[in-house]
Amino acid sequence: MTVMLSRTAASLYWLGRYTERADFIARLVEATVRLDALSARPAGEDAWESALIVTYNEEAFAETGEDLNQQNVSRFLTMDTAHPGSIMECLRMARNNARAVRTALTREAWTAINRAWLEFQKIDNPGGTSATLNLVETVKAEMRGFEGAIHRMMKNEATWFIRLGGAIERADNTARLIDVKYHLLLPEGEKVGGVVDRDQWTTILQTVSAVTAYRWLYREGLKPGSVIELLMTRPELPRSLAACVDETVDVLAMLGKRTGLQGEADRMARARLARMNKTRGDEVIVSGLHEYLQAFIRENAMLDAAIARQFRFV
Amino acid sequence: MVNTRAFDEIWGTGGPDAPRTEFAALSRWIHDTPSADLERRLQSAEATFRQLGITFAVYGEKEASERIIPFDLVPRIFLPDEWRSLSEGLIQRVEAINAFLNDIYGKREILKAGIIPPELIFRNPQFRTEVAGIRPPHQVWAHICGIDLIRTGPDEFFVLEDNARTPSGVSYMLENREAMLRLCPELFREFRVAAVDGYPDMLHGTMRSVAPAGREKDPLCVVLTPGHYNSAYYEHSYLADAMGIELVEPADLLVDDDIVYMRTIGGYVRVDVIYRRVDDDFLDPLVFRPDSMLGVPGIMAAYRAGNVTLMNAPGNGIADDKAIYSYMPEIVRFYTGKDAKLPNVETYRCREPDAYQYVLDHMHELVVKLVDGSGGYGMLVGPASTKAEVAEFRKAVEAQPERYIAQPTLALSTVPTFTDSGIAPRHVDFRPFVLTGKGKPQVVSGGLTRVALKEGSLVVNSSQGGGTKDSFVLLDDPGTPTRSQRQSGGGRSQQQQQGG
Repeated sequence: MTVMLSRTAASLYWLGRYTERADFIARLVEATVRLDALSARPAGEDAWESALIVTYNEEAFAETGEDLNQQNVSRFLTMDTAHPGSIMECLRMARNNARAVRTALTREAWTAINRAWLEFQKIDNPGGTSATLNLVETVKAEMRGFEGAIHRMMKNEATWFIRLGGAIERADNTARLIDVKYHLLLPEGEKVGGVVDRDQWTTILQTVSAVTAYRWLYREGLKPGSVIELLMTRPELPRSLAACVDETVDVLAMLGKRTGLQGEADRMARARLARMNKTRGDEVIVSGLHEYLQAFIRENAMLDAAIARQFRFV
Repeated sequence: MVNTRAFDEIWGTGGPDAPRTEFAALSRWIHDTPSADLERRLQSAEATFRQLGITFAVYGEKEASERIIPFDLVPRIFLPDEWRSLSEGLIQRVEAINAFLNDIYGKREILKAGIIPPELIFRNPQFRTEVAGIRPPHQVWAHICGIDLIRTGPDEFFVLEDNARTPSGVSYMLENREAMLRLCPELFREFRVAAVDGYPDMLHGTMRSVAPAGREKDPLCVVLTPGHYNSAYYEHSYLADAMGIELVEPADLLVDDDIVYMRTIGGYVRVDVIYRRVDDDFLDPLVFRPDSMLGVPGIMAAYRAGNVTLMNAPGNGIADDKAIYSYMPEIVRFYTGKDAKLPNVETYRCREPDAYQYVLDHMHELVVKLVDGSGGYGMLVGPASTKAEVAEFRKAVEAQPERYIAQPTLALSTVPTFTDSGIAPRHVDFRPFVLTGKGKPQVVSGGLTRVALKEGSLVVNSSQGGGTKDSFVLLDDPGTPTRSQRQSGGGRSQQQQQGG
């Protein structure tokens, strides 16, 4: 029988979610800076707007009344503390959760989070383009350090709750990224495969660290259909929907084996995996990618709730 | 002002050029290590403390709400003989404290013998009628004591305060040692220093030894913290981690049928021993403060029923109360039959007319304290205060004399300390930790040295700008060199002979 506190399990799970989210926003900002630099105006403005939509932040940003440009949006996404969707707020929440479960973490795992948080305490403005890139680079590096530390932790439920939170968060992020970008990329009348388009698709790949993976897997150049397929159904790519769905099942199975707790969450996760194994990217595009992704995001949220029930988070 | 020629624990009374013979090597190290080098090591230590989150929260301060306690590299050192006699005094004191608590919440023999005025107990808010009649396992109440000591000369140690409730600071003892081992390894080649890292095991052993009757076989032990916003949270998590036991918050516990459980992902699990770092007032809203959001309703009933051990026991405040403190010499004699090996600082109780008058007449020379104050607040250091400050404090004492005690301003010992203007003596105090379980009390070979970083200051509290130092307890020299490869001969081998 395991004696992990319910509160500890919930904090670890959310620690996994918040670190993943901070990392995702950092990569999104980085890729968008690049896209902005490459684009002719007003394509840059669209780039920042889509970054806001992907991170569920468009309304909060509109409330600030600020202009939609790199300086404002990158500040908003990195260090604005007036809303919960900035890197800084994610790190703060991650750190709070980590502090509450210090005993379940190794020193290395804790210090990676704490260092990233301290980095943000030092500054009050992300600064210009290169300073912003340096800042997100730091976040990415610390989050890599955190992931590394997690993998060196004891293989027990502490590690798995963090990884479970990470997998659920990653699934949501990737689905949202494809959904928003795909909509944006195929405006009516726009010629698919143009220059802006190419940059846009590269941006997506960068956000999920998949540029090199794409080149290895698809020799015939950048094609929207192939990008979609890679991000959705290729389990080799750690941030693909298929990989997240797969990892959720695996981690739940390991938790079940160790704690004896299996149930609704396992059943939902396995059913999702079975469906994912039959999913083909091109068919989804034809039958309605947006609807598919919306359903996926809803299901992911239901799985999140089932996990909370199964492990008595509340 | 304050006596600047106080006894220095390294330099003695002769200053840097004539250190105490046992510490000539340390004095040389202080002299020979360039300031820039010390500065670099200090910065490295502080960066580590910050990264590890060894911070404490200062309530009411927003900006610096997480601060690190300044750390000083020059250790304070106890010789083997000094430590032996200190330990004997500490054990005697802690045994007396436990006997006193057991008596005062039991038969009250000490009151019958007329040693302490009864109203000092019964009108004392620290006296908890709620725990009267309870018999904790092995009759231990103060499992963890942090006895604050000060020193005024080579053999003059005094107890300044008995902390028998939830003394903190042990994590600094452990972390400071880790920092010293990394930053000043040469000192550990020079001196044979007793290890402190066995503390978590000792503590865990103590916890297990006081498990409730019938639960001794494999008791489930936890550390109870008010939560991660508490100023000492780092220490709570550190200790739980080092012992490999759960760190729980009040909301993680619940009581059913007088049994305490914690909520786990697998359901409710019974808890047997709780090292609680939540104050009495907030422990159980059904018994103590009903407005406490931190408490565990019913935990006191479970404790009373003998189904869970709380350490330290609720009600201990009556033993370390400043008003009771002045009776400690009598208390020690009453329970041990012997004179206290560790003396008290002379204390004037303003509740007594003669003492009251003396305090009013000599306020500018005395340290005057609120009986229920702590952390350096509610305290006047006469010689270091302005006339206006003295006058203001005087009014407060006149209004409620029974709430105040006064002590002479002692020339606290100093230890050389790294300051902005180089190495200089700074006043220190010392908190050793004593653990009591089933058997005899154990003194950890080390402790927390707090240092007042401001020149001449006697206030060492971290909330008032104090810092910490590592405290070396030296082991007896075995007579033969412990290392076969000595890096250099000369001074070191000479020192070796002197120490032997």
